[in-house]
Amino acid sequence: MTLDVPAELEKEIDERITHYPVSKRSAVLPVLHHLQHHFGYISNEAVEWTAAKLELEPIKVLEVVTFYPGFRQTAPGKYHIRVCRTLSCAMAGSYELMESICEKAGIDRSGVTHHDPIAVSADGKYSIEFAECLASCGTGPVCLVDDDFHEKVEDVDALLKQYQ
Amino acid sequence: MAEQSDLIDVEIDGVWHSFPKGTRMIEACRQAGVEVPHYCYHPKLSSPGNCRMCLVQMGMPPRPRPGEDPPEPDEDGHVPISWMPRPVIACANTIAPNMGIRTTGELTETCREGVMELMLANHPLDCPICDQAGECSLQEFSVEHGKGESRFREQKVKKPKNVDVGPRIRLDDERCIMCSRCIRFMDEVADDPVLGFTDRGSHTTLAVYPGREMDSNYSLNTVDICPVGALTSNDFRFQMRVWFMKETQTIDTNCATGTNITVYSRQGQIYRITPRQNNEVNSDWMPDSHRLSFHWINDLESRLTDPLIKEDGKHKLADYSQAIAYASQRLQKYDAGEVAIVASARMTNEELYMVNKLKSQLDVRDIDVVARRGEADNYLISDDRNPNTAGVNTVLGVKDPGASLDLLKKDIASGKVKALLVLQEDLISDAGFTAEDLKQLDFLLTSYPTTNPTADAADVVLPGACWAEKSGTMINATGRLQRLNRAVDGPGQTLEPWEIIRDLIQELGGGNGIYSATDIFKQLAAEVSEFNGLTWGDIGDQGTQLIETGAELPPLLQRERARVASGEIIG
Repeated sequence: MTLDVPAELEKEIDERITHYPVSKRSAVLPVLHHLQHHFGYISNEAVEWTAAKLELEPIKVLEVVTFYPGFRQTAPGKYHIRVCRTLSCAMAGSYELMESICEKAGIDRSGVTHHDPIAVSADGKYSIEFAECLASCGTGPVCLVDDDFHEKVEDVDALLKQYQ
Repeated sequence: MAEQSDLIDVEIDGVWHSFPKGTRMIEACRQAGVEVPHYCYHPKLSSPGNCRMCLVQMGMPPRPRPGEDPPEPDEDGHVPISWMPRPVIACANTIAPNMGIRTTGELTETCREGVMELMLANHPLDCPICDQAGECSLQEFSVEHGKGESRFREQKVKKPKNVDVGPRIRLDDERCIMCSRCIRFMDEVADDPVLGFTDRGSHTTLAVYPGREMDSNYSLNTVDICPVGALTSNDFRFQMRVWFMKETQTIDTNCATGTNITVYSRQGQIYRITPRQNNEVNSDWMPDSHRLSFHWINDLESRLTDPLIKEDGKHKLADYSQAIAYASQRLQKYDAGEVAIVASARMTNEELYMVNKLKSQLDVRDIDVVARRGEADNYLISDDRNPNTAGVNTVLGVKDPGASLDLLKKDIASGKVKALLVLQEDLISDAGFTAEDLKQLDFLLTSYPTTNPTADAADVVLPGACWAEKSGTMINATGRLQRLNRAVDGPGQTLEPWEIIRDLIQELGGGNGIYSATDIFKQLAAEVSEFNGLTWGDIGDQGTQLIETGAELPPLLQRERARVASGEIIG
């Protein structure tokens, strides 16, 4: 299966690659960001498309994808939630927050592993994962929903209501 | 020692040495006879410096403060060394004038202990069932440089085990110490970059890209350079503990490259073949196809073990001396030119020299060998699949191997050639002869390691030793004379081909005082001009350049030399 990259996106990507004249390999990160932004995650097809684009072996792209927790290898829900679990937030109740969101959004995290950190709700609306420090240690527990930052999250119902 | 030309003085463990500019610290230590333990460093690969095992303490001349005079050099021109409080890796740093290196002492030793402890933290410590045990750098350095105990009380990280990474290789990711030698070999030497590290961090995993296989014909070299038991050979795993095996340094005979190899055997069985370093022939590598082509030697079912004499159309087991006597009696009846010989370019120079003697003894006019052509692979495999074509040219004097076999066929059909000696070849399987062609002969003798259709048609069959069962010399494609050393004994009454030919000559009436391949080599050195003045000992384990054949080095070696010249690798 090949990746169906719209012409406009490919044009953007091609332009980004020109920013790295010494070695195309350096463009791996920006290309992957573009693809994840468009497709929601980095599929095997996306890895192979990137490899072909940058004249690399696919394993060299997969190395990068698996290194950064920011790159997802599975499809997220309509809204992707990241709950901080680093020390301050953990002490402020981020694990309880995680449980509460999962319960209210209908997400089963029992299949989550180190290699497969994302759980998606049965209706596909929400997906969730733990993240490391989101840089607001004084206002924990904090979480990100897509690109929106939420501090001192207590009312999960109110939080989810904003994302329907 | 003053600084002369490009030599730089370096103090290693208190002793001053001189090395060429640009020498890596680790190589300087090696040349000074001081071992620096290492995992990721390999002189034929790039140096990422990721294992940290080669940490040493380094010192440089003190830098005078402003206004202060530089230190006075002593009578040898050396100034006192000011030691740095932090260690450096010896593999990726080059030496500098008046540098000091300490491979012992508190700093270096605590570094090594620390690195060993971290490497072993997640290692499964399953040495009793690991194939690498006995030749494992992790075991060795753990004994020499480890602490002997671990402070790690947590759960070890679980990683994939028994992973099928390719048709010939299995991977145990828990044993992997992430040195990345295999990745670099596949990237830089095999040009097939299928390996990589995924999930970098505490779960770093060596992986093949999903759906791909590590199926390069050079893949098994990664098993050799793996310092631990992470990559194991499907063919060798669980077959034999390495310390039980006898090592024989010899050469590969699958093609004219003459790859230097070590044969590992025990009680007459060959278990493993690995490449042996020779920078003029095969670097440190060999193709999988050549490495694994030894199993037929161990398969007694297919081997000829006793001489056979055909009586009334049926082969009967015979005693060796009986078979030689019978063959000689039959051969004596023919006139000059009625006996022909097909020898083999798989024979050693010594055997070919004896064939020449037999040729004059029997007044043979038609003599040839079987040519084997294949495709060169742009790495190490030569298009000439015979190991000693250059020896056939030089010693036997056959300049165009295989060219007169068609004529021989005609001469047999016309009755001009009545008797044929096929030495170490199988004309029916390998040279386009049919049983019908050979039926016209009055007498056919053959020597060969295995049963074969030509032997089926022969009046006398002698079990002749294969390459692993004989000693001698061969000349490779580039004209290098190399030694073949007997690793195992042939089964039953198998004899080395030179013994068979010697005994035949003796029985035919030509005495000679030959008792070993080295005796023949002495005669060869005296009689064949190219060999003049050479002794068996001169050849050594690395061979010696004998003749100019005009052939280029294998492409892999040419590429390696370019990388050495560019400073990318040490070589």
